[in-house]
Amino acid sequence: MMMNADDDAVLTISNLRTEFRIGGVWHAAVRDLSLTLRRNETLAIVGESGSGKSVTALSILRLLPNAGARIGAGEMMFEGRDIAQLSEHEMSRIRGNAIAMIFQEPMTSLNPTMTVGQQIAEVITIHRHVPHSEASAEALRLLREVKIPAAESRIHDYPHQFSGGMRQRVMIAMALACRPKILLADEPTTALDVTIQAQVLMQLDELKQAYGMSILFITHNLGVVAQIADRVAVMYAGEVVELAGVETLFARPTHPYTAALLRAMPRADRSSDSLEPIAGSVPPLTSMPPGCAYAPRCPHKLPSCVQARPALQESSDLAGDRSHLVRCPVRLAGASP
Amino acid sequence: MTAAAPTTLSRPGGLWVAFSNNRLSWVGLVLLAAIVLIAIFAPLIAPHDPLEQNIVSRLEPPSAEFWLGTDSYGRDVLSRLIYGSRISLVVGFLAILIAMSIGATVGILAGYIGGPFDQLVMGLLDVMLSFPTLLLGLMIAAMLGASLENLIIAIAITEIAPFARIARAPTISLKQRDFVEAGRALGFGPVRIMRVHILPNMISDVVVMGSLWMASAIRTEASLSFIGLGVPPPAATWGGMIREGFENILDAWWLAVFPSLAILLTVLALNLLGDALRDAIDPKLRAE
Repeated sequence: MMMNADDDAVLTISNLRTEFRIGGVWHAAVRDLSLTLRRNETLAIVGESGSGKSVTALSILRLLPNAGARIGAGEMMFEGRDIAQLSEHEMSRIRGNAIAMIFQEPMTSLNPTMTVGQQIAEVITIHRHVPHSEASAEALRLLREVKIPAAESRIHDYPHQFSGGMRQRVMIAMALACRPKILLADEPTTALDVTIQAQVLMQLDELKQAYGMSILFITHNLGVVAQIADRVAVMYAGEVVELAGVETLFARPTHPYTAALLRAMPRADRSSDSLEPIAGSVPPLTSMPPGCAYAPRCPHKLPSCVQARPALQESSDLAGDRSHLVRCPVRLAGASP
Repeated sequence: MTAAAPTTLSRPGGLWVAFSNNRLSWVGLVLLAAIVLIAIFAPLIAPHDPLEQNIVSRLEPPSAEFWLGTDSYGRDVLSRLIYGSRISLVVGFLAILIAMSIGATVGILAGYIGGPFDQLVMGLLDVMLSFPTLLLGLMIAAMLGASLENLIIAIAITEIAPFARIARAPTISLKQRDFVEAGRALGFGPVRIMRVHILPNMISDVVVMGSLWMASAIRTEASLSFIGLGVPPPAATWGGMIREGFENILDAWWLAVFPSLAILLTVLALNLLGDALRDAIDPKLRAE
């Protein structure tokens, strides 16, 4: 397990293990996850449903349900402290302040009984303890910053008076209210239509530069990844199977799962007839195979794959990209693609 | 995708439209407004002093001088009825206000915290619910002694359990809503989430049920006064008047009949109003 002591790291997750209790037994939904989020970068986590990508984000903010879920092992170093060890009170000072999160469903993520201005101002008031007038002025500035037209009048509107894309902008404004170091974005554009999606992504990128924050972007959409990410972590069955810079990943997908994902993605420069679905499904939490979790679906499977769980190893590929990590000894051993 | 608004209150005007389309709601509203005005302006309206005894004119039937007759002490029934409305309304309103505040708080806490705490609280409330309202009120009133304050406290305690139940159910569904989750992700504490993000989204359900249970509180007040555990005499209360009239029911029918009618009309007004409000916030019954 390689862990580079990165000076530029904002958040360093090492060997995180998040478990759920199913039928009285703890099962890991996220296993031995190690990731480093660097200053001002966008790290995308890609994976299909049930791969543990959302659970990773919820673990970072410690928003897992109280009963039936726990962080079993690992540490998450943020500003010199291990988030996994903080008290609930210390945690609530970090949430929405130093680490903020935006969610998938903008239609239901706002309180229908408060105006959007009140909701943004609420975040500022509780974390910064400023007078109400100052918080309101800041809320107006944020609404302008996320490009809500006629922000002066819309600040007094209720969420139901906004469209989906506008609500997601309001959510972004709330998340940015306290100038977070890290923004966790859990499929923030999935519920939006494609043109709005592109606008919101572009805006997130601009805001990332302006605020100097790091974004952990969770998505199942590789098109979105290509547009916004600097680096990509591909997750499968609760573990990272491949980690690489965005160009490297799209140019030289090495793990069989990454390669299969790319073949399953529609592309403008290829006929859609060549799309290949990935046969089979993610193994359920309660019956993880002892070896490689992807082995049952893998076309490159060797007998050794089902015996021992492979480790995440550096890929010594042609470009000499030392930050390209792959959890597949078969492909790393140089077997032809 | 649905723009889910949990209650009609979040869509201004929706509640009012649904409410005003119901003709019976107007009957209830006008009736209740009349009773409230009578209670407020009792000293101006009442033709006589409700406590003034007049031995000469005992048990007089309704006449031009005493519109609704006089009781066995020669007191004017109409005036006593008018002053009695004050006690009924004050007791009903304050008892429900107290029961609503405590019940809603308990219900939200139980629903939000969940787990063993929820089970314990709801179990205790089930025990309270298993006693008939009147019996429970009787026990508490007998323990505390007869006075206006104790009557309000006794009735309030009997009505806590239903309010807690009404508040708990929406809390459980609201706490799983995205905006509550988003609130936690923004660092809001549990108290803030309950007060700012859950309470306003369910308060209309609780308030509407309040108008229905105010009718029940007024009936309980009258029943306790009838038994003699209400506001002590000589103060005029409807329940007390019925009891006094009951002793002379064969000689002077007007003594028991008019206070009974007053209770009937008040309870009817509150029930009509409550039903209309409940229908207005019930999405299943809305024509939209």
